[in-house]
This record gives sequence, C-alpha cells and structure tokens, in this order.
Amino acid sequence: MMPDVSIDRDRLSPDGVTAATASGAPVQTRAARLRAFWGDFCRAPVAVVSLVVIILLAVVSFGAPWVSPQDPYDMAALDWLDAFLKPGTVGAGGYTHWLGTDNVGRDMLSAIFYGLRTSFVIGISAGVLALALGICVGLSAAYVGGRLESLLMRIVDLQLSMPAILLALVLVAMLGQGVGQIILALVVAQYAYFARTTHGAATVERGKDYIEAARSTPLPARRVVFRHLLPNVLPPLIVVATVQVASAIALEATLSFLGVGLPLTEPSLGSLISNGFKYIHTDRTWLSIYPGVFLMITVVAINLVGDQVRHVLDPRNQR
Amino acid sequence: MLGYFVQRLAQAVVVVFAMSIIVFVGVYAIGNPIDVLIDPGATQEIRAKLIAQYGLDQPLWRQYLTFLSNVAQGDMGTSMVYNIPVVDLVFSRLPATLELVFVSVLIATGIGIPAGLYAGYRPGSYGAKAIMALSVLGFSVPTFWIGMLLIMAFAVNLGVLPSGGRGDLGSFLGMPTSLATLDGWSHVIMPAVNLSLFKMGLMIRLTRAGMVEAMRTDYVKFARAQGLTDRQIVFSHVLRNISIPIVTVFGLELGSTLAFAVVTESVFTWPGVGKLIIDSILQLDRPVMVTYLVMVVILFVLINLTVDLIYARLDPRVRLKGGA
Repeated sequence: MMPDVSIDRDRLSPDGVTAATASGAPVQTRAARLRAFWGDFCRAPVAVVSLVVIILLAVVSFGAPWVSPQDPYDMAALDWLDAFLKPGTVGAGGYTHWLGTDNVGRDMLSAIFYGLRTSFVIGISAGVLALALGICVGLSAAYVGGRLESLLMRIVDLQLSMPAILLALVLVAMLGQGVGQIILALVVAQYAYFARTTHGAATVERGKDYIEAARSTPLPARRVVFRHLLPNVLPPLIVVATVQVASAIALEATLSFLGVGLPLTEPSLGSLISNGFKYIHTDRTWLSIYPGVFLMITVVAINLVGDQVRHVLDPRNQR
Repeated sequence: MLGYFVQRLAQAVVVVFAMSIIVFVGVYAIGNPIDVLIDPGATQEIRAKLIAQYGLDQPLWRQYLTFLSNVAQGDMGTSMVYNIPVVDLVFSRLPATLELVFVSVLIATGIGIPAGLYAGYRPGSYGAKAIMALSVLGFSVPTFWIGMLLIMAFAVNLGVLPSGGRGDLGSFLGMPTSLATLDGWSHVIMPAVNLSLFKMGLMIRLTRAGMVEAMRTDYVKFARAQGLTDRQIVFSHVLRNISIPIVTVFGLELGSTLAFAVVTESVFTWPGVGKLIIDSILQLDRPVMVTYLVMVVILFVLINLTVDLIYARLDPRVRLKGGA
C-alpha cells in the first residue's frame, strides 16, 4: 500500500490541479467555492429576483394552513352562497376574497396556496428521485461499460423515445389518481433525461487523464466514481435538475388539466385551472387566470434560476 | 454503413416488440372496460357474454397472442366506444393532427432558427435579450395555459378567431385538410402557434448556444483572418458545424410535438388523434389505447433510427464506433 496516495489522490481532479499549481493559490475550500459561486450567481439581478420569488412562494405554500384565510380541503367551511364571488368581494366569512371564489364558494387565494404546496411537493420529490435514479443508471453505464452500458442505455433510449407527457399520461391512467402515483409516474417519465446527461458527461470524463490516473491508484471503484467522476459530472446535472423540477410541476398541472391527475377535492394548480377552463366563455376569467399566473411565475422563476446556475457553472464563463 | 444500418434496424424491431408487450400489459392493468361499457343494472349473463365477446376472459398471454396474430392480418381490434375498426378510427383522425404538427413545426423552425442565430451572433444586444426572454417563456410556461390565454384573448375578447374545431375542410391531393380553405387556416393558426411555442423556445436556445460556442472557436478566428465576411462565416462554416445537434433535437422533437398535440388538441377541441387518446383513456377504450401507443412507439423508433443514420452520415466517428 502507498500511504501518500491518500494525500494526493483528491488533487487529481482538474480543479485541484489548477488551484494548487497553475494559479499558485492554495486549494479552495468548499465554503470558499460556494461563496464564489454565490457571488457569480448574484451577477444576474433577474436570477436573484427569481430566487426570492421562489422562496416567497415556498413560504406561502408550505405555510398555507397559517397564511391562507380558508382551508379548501374542509368542505364544511365552504358556503354555497359564496360561489362565484368576484375578486375583492367580502364573503360570508367576513373576510375579503382577494382573488374571488370558485363554483362551490372556495376562496381562490387559499386554494392557490394549497395547490402550490401540492405542486411543489410533487415537483421536488419527482425531481430529486429522478435525479438519484438517473445518476445511478448513468454512472454505472459509463463506468462499467460493455454489455451493461449497452443494455442500460438501450432502456434509457427506449424511454426517451416516448415523450414524458405521454408516458406520464399512460402511467397515471394505470396507477390511478393520487399524489404518490403522480410522483411515481413523473420519476419513471423523467429519470431517463438524468441518465442520458450523466452518461454523456461521464463518458467524456472517463476518457480523461485524471480518471485514468485515479484508476491506476489502488482506490476502490466506488471512490473513483463518487469522488472523482461524479463531481465533474454534476454541473450539467444540476441544471437539468432545476429544469426537470419545473417541468415536473408543469407536467403535473397538465395531467390534472387533462383530467387524469389530481381531483379538485385535492387542489393542485392544474386542477384549479382545469375547473376554471369550464367557465372560459363566461366573464368568470379569474377562476383560470390566477392559478395560471401562479403556475407560470413558479415555473418561469425556477427556469430562470436554473439558467443562471448553468451560466455560472459553465467553465467557459469563469474568470 | 450497411452493417451499421442492419444492426440499428434489428435493435429497432426488438424495441418495438418489447414496447408492444409493455403497452399491452400496462393497458391491461387499467381497470375493467366492461364496467364502463355496460349499464350497471345489466344481468350477469349479458356481462359474461360481452366479456367473452371481447376475449377478456382469456389469460393475458393468450390475449396478447391473439392481438399479435390480428395485427399481422392488419386488424388492430374494434373500438369499444365507437364500435368501428380502430385502424379506420385512427386514420380518420390522423390528417388533422398531422396538419397541426406540420404548421407548428414550420412556425417553430421558421422563426426559431433565425432568431437563435441572431441571439447568438449579438449575445449582448437588447434584441437578443428579448428573444431569450421569449424563449424562456415558450419553453417553460405550460402549453395548455398559453392555449387558454390565446382562446381568452382572440376568441372570447376580440372574437377574431374561432376557439375550437377544424373549420371548413378543403381537399388537397385527395386528402381532406383545413389548410386548403381560409376558414380552415383561421382554425389551425391558434392551436399551431400554441403547439409551436415550446419547440420554438428549444430551437432558439439550441441555435444560440451552438452559435455562441462556435463564434469563439479557432476556425472562426481563422476565417475572419482570411477576410471572410461574417455572413459567409455564419452561413458556410458555423451553421454547418452547429447543425448536428439541431438536426438531432429537431428529429426527436418532431415526435414529441405529436405527443404534445394531445394537450393542444384537448384545449382547442381539435379532432385529431391526441384528443382521441385522451378520450379513450378516460373511457377505457383499450383497443384504441393499444393501437395509438404502439403507433407512437413505432413512430419514435423510426425517428430515432433516422436521426442515428443521419448522424452516422454526418459524423464518421459514430459509425466507426459501432452501435454502442
């Protein structure tokens, strides 16, 4: 065994080499790198505003039971006389319905907060689970190679040959309605993107000298894959992950809109819009406009943050 | 090249078979269509008779084999809801979807690629920023909601465009199409724009990214040093080099445009196959679902195959490496 290896091995990655030798500066700590990343991120005001918006939306949605005037799940709290109130009207409950009420007298603002919570939970869980699954599949394919690689990537291709919306549609139809079922359907529909991206990036990295060097040391394969390969594959994956969370939220809304997602008794943004769509030819446009605006803001904000993260992580944009 | 072609073709056939089994088993798992079809008060005998008539009492593998042998004879089954052969049903709806996809792809590439080239050529300009902002919108805002806004704006408020349907059909090369009449165009334009936005956003981003990257390369510097104008550099050097990812994504996205037509068709009540599949999922019309999904799989496999072959043609490294 070579004891020195344990000191040098983690500097084999290209970042380590440039940091230690080329610039003459000491190796950056994780905190310093994070601070540098944050500094670069803040260069785009749009992205910072988007991040603030996302945090605000997350606070009002996860705090929905405390900030919203009404519990839309509680059928007893609903008053039929309050149906179709215009935005800004004071209802039987004695408080103002800022965004109006729907056909059963549900306060739209409360319904939107709760709906947003459902959308966030679904989008984030689906994104994280799909990321984990995709990394496992992509990395094992790229690192092991050979027959396993062909088989796994064939399956991924097979999946990618079906568009996510169709796959999710069929899966939800098969699994039935419910939050868990939708998350499962979205994971199955989306993991292939992560697997493809991981595989693509890992195949490129695999051929580089630092991986060759790491492999020539007596390090276990697990360490080479997770300490050396994964960090260099991660940047494109982070970008894909933000985009996929946004698209999972949009997909869920689309499924609910098409009538196969969540029922209206469990409001998600999609089912709210779907309900409002029934009244599109009347002047009750607030029923579909407001949930849609929240959906749009959420999805666009996540995408804008993802865009800036991509920009910062792109090595060609680094000073 | 021939060896590569044969290898990819064999893989494609295997994929179609595997997917047909998955689709068949998957669709089989969705509820019992008999419960939806007949009135709950029907006697046990009528129920049993119907189940036997559709072959639902057989074990799954036997149903699959029956399905396969029927397919081999060109029979994809009979719709349980419309009671006409599924093949006829799907083909009667297909032209509507195809013309919608055709118009939207035309809009997406016709606007997307030039806009992307410009945004990549002058990345700092206000025009480029506006284009990128629009592409983020087109890319991320859900299709169905934009569709709804379009209906609200142009059909309900302004009343200039119809909110749904196909309009008057003219005839072009013996095929009934909306694109042959003015009324048809007024019906197709809104759903087509709606369907094209996602793809347009993608085209803009892809072209721009390729363009920005290419403008930094040595060959562009050398071409400049050689005294070529920017126009020559962009159109004869850069465009060719960034065309590979654009062609790939274009091909792959052609299929997903067809799939996204499901959403657009539902919003605009466009009588195409997308609306048909949603209706048949909601009504558990199994034969229609299986046929549609198998057709989609075949379509996607064909698109993948074509893209791979074009790739191999454009980039010799791909075919030297083999099919891995």
